[in-house]
Amino acid sequence: MVHTSLDVVDEKISAMGKALVDQRELYLGLLYPTEDYKVYGYVTNSKVKFVMVVDSSNTALRDNEIRSMFRKLHNSYTDVMCNPFYNPGDRIQSRAFDGMVTSMMIQVC
Amino acid sequence: MEAAASGGSGSGPPLLLSEGEQQCYSELFARCAGAAGGGPGSGPPEAARAAPGASTAASGPVADLFRASQLPAETLHQITELCGAKRVGYFGPTQFYVALKLIAAAQSGLPVRIESIKCELPLPRFMMSKTDAEIRFGNMAELHGTKVQIPYLITEKNTFKRMDDEDKQQETQSPTMSPLASPPSSPPHYQRVPLSHGYSKLRKSTEQMHPAPYEARQPLVQPEGPSLGGPGAKPLRHQASLIRSFSVERELQDNNSSYPDEPWRITEEQREYYVNQFRSLQPDPSSFISGSVAKNFFTKSKLSIPELSYIWELSDADCDGALSLPEFCAAFHLIVARKNGYPLPEGLPPTLQPEYLQAAFPKPKWECALFDSYSESVPANQQPRDLNRMEKLSIKDMADFPVPTQDVTGDDKQALKSATDEALPKDMSEDSATPKDSNSLKARPRSRSYSSTSIEEAMKRGEDPPTPPPRPQKTHSRASSLDLNKVFQPSVPASKSGLLPPPPALPPRPCPSQSEQASEAELHPQLNRAPSQAAESSPAKKDIPYSQPPSKPIRRKFRPENQATESQEPTTAVGGPASVATVKPHPTVQKQSSKQKKAIQTAIRKNKEANAVLARLNSELQQQLKEVHQERIALENQLEQLRPVTVL
Repeated sequence: MVHTSLDVVDEKISAMGKALVDQRELYLGLLYPTEDYKVYGYVTNSKVKFVMVVDSSNTALRDNEIRSMFRKLHNSYTDVMCNPFYNPGDRIQSRAFDGMVTSMMIQVC
Repeated sequence: MEAAASGGSGSGPPLLLSEGEQQCYSELFARCAGAAGGGPGSGPPEAARAAPGASTAASGPVADLFRASQLPAETLHQITELCGAKRVGYFGPTQFYVALKLIAAAQSGLPVRIESIKCELPLPRFMMSKTDAEIRFGNMAELHGTKVQIPYLITEKNTFKRMDDEDKQQETQSPTMSPLASPPSSPPHYQRVPLSHGYSKLRKSTEQMHPAPYEARQPLVQPEGPSLGGPGAKPLRHQASLIRSFSVERELQDNNSSYPDEPWRITEEQREYYVNQFRSLQPDPSSFISGSVAKNFFTKSKLSIPELSYIWELSDADCDGALSLPEFCAAFHLIVARKNGYPLPEGLPPTLQPEYLQAAFPKPKWECALFDSYSESVPANQQPRDLNRMEKLSIKDMADFPVPTQDVTGDDKQALKSATDEALPKDMSEDSATPKDSNSLKARPRSRSYSSTSIEEAMKRGEDPPTPPPRPQKTHSRASSLDLNKVFQPSVPASKSGLLPPPPALPPRPCPSQSEQASEAELHPQLNRAPSQAAESSPAKKDIPYSQPPSKPIRRKFRPENQATESQEPTTAVGGPASVATVKPHPTVQKQSSKQKKAIQTAIRKNKEANAVLARLNSELQQQLKEVHQERIALENQLEQLRPVTVL
């Protein structure tokens, strides 16, 4: 499921081509009849992709909320990156980061 | 009864509150609700009475209460969400109780989860600052729960009286009204409490949700905890006042004392050491150490990468990828603590906050400009009045340290308990041997005292017990290239044989700077170029150095460092020049036989300074190496930046 969404993100990116200015990419629509979920994608300037999967049962999620969530995610991610001991590509073990993500998810639920 | 009521009224999991907790929570709830203006039920609110207006705590006082618990804002958010207040929109009794329980859990170091409240927890602690309408919310919880933490250092009976007075002032009902409001030191005090309490709690509750490594370190922090503890929930009012007095004295001394906070306070000596290391990495104390430089440096401490990563997270408060001086000291201190066995804290302790560090610790003599504000800091203010207490406490702390040191490896809490309990009166003299070093070491900074905080440092020797001894070792292990041992040894014999100043003990840096040395002779007793000097200009210099005050060399140290473009291995060259140096002084020895003793003393002092300089020189070398690393990293970064464009 996530892999297919990643493929879609790649498509989008390649489609963007020269116009790399647009930071946000809201892809709403990966809605399989059986799986009933939505996938949001977000790409940063350094080509780091954030993928958010949401249950469609939660209908209250608005566009702005998703954007703000991505922004917070991006900020926390940069904070994690600042840590020189963090190797890009490793699993993120930052407690602050985890806490932020958890709180974000709790807010939504 | 309460449990049933709360269980019935709440939508959350059934709460099992002990008697003490019930009383505490209901009083707090009453307070919150009362403050809101509504008439809350004085007794435990019941579901039947749960009219939204009457028995809910307004968010204002509740928020204040939560803030008084000194938990990080995020934790409070979590707690608020978990307890369901957001869902229902107000703090009903159930939500409030759940929240309090979660606060207690968080303070004990347990994760904030619904499950946490199911286990028996100590009561949450709240600390009020002066500004918060004096004593709105009490530390009743603490009073009940603190049996566990009654510090052994109960020497200050005078505070007891104060407590009594304040008792009378307050409503009879509430032991919650604790005088803890007074001090600016309450935050640190508070912070200390959960730490200690958390550990004692963990000890009691056989580590339910606490990671294993943390348990092992418990005894270190609160040796005295278990000895006094019964189960946390024993609401003995008569004990409350006693405990309160202890807590107050703890409070007062807290700023200068070190117990539960011990691991997280930086002594004067440590501070200097950290600053020296900082300078070795980055000559300008007011700028930053970059991430990669710091990474290399801290990696030498041989801690695991995740731990280092976590320490970085804690200490880099502004998340800029670089460490300023206070951030660096905090990180270094955390590493020291970790190496000595202390578990890492959940959040940055208040004594390690960058603002605190910057205010509390003046810069070393050569650079005072940035730290002029330290005099305004709280610690400085508190010291004069707490000085007496501190002295007493420090002695007790000393006594304690040898004990925890022994038990570092073992989990022998009981032994610690009893040991410390007895240690206090008896072992003070015996243990003085160990603390002596720390005392003497501290005595030096104290004498130097460029600030009143030096006294504070001296007082809170309470530091990590194991730290002073291991530190020297750490130097070697950490900076392996700093072969201080080797450096010092050759220098010692050299100085001894030389007797006289040309303590060219300074490893011969065959620097081209000899000519400069001559001009700077007045200022550089033997410091750096001593080695080179020794060979040639030693006789001439002998007289000059004597008059040099030790401080001068320190100020000048940078110059030699700058001049030392080529840094050679001090160890290798020591032997040769040392012998050369010794030969020359011999003829002159007889001349200055009268000054020998003084010379020896100055020589010793200068040797030490020389060693410090050598250490810095070595680290300069390392810095050069790091510069190369940085270039490499920069190139890699560029590569990465280019890569995405091509790959994707």
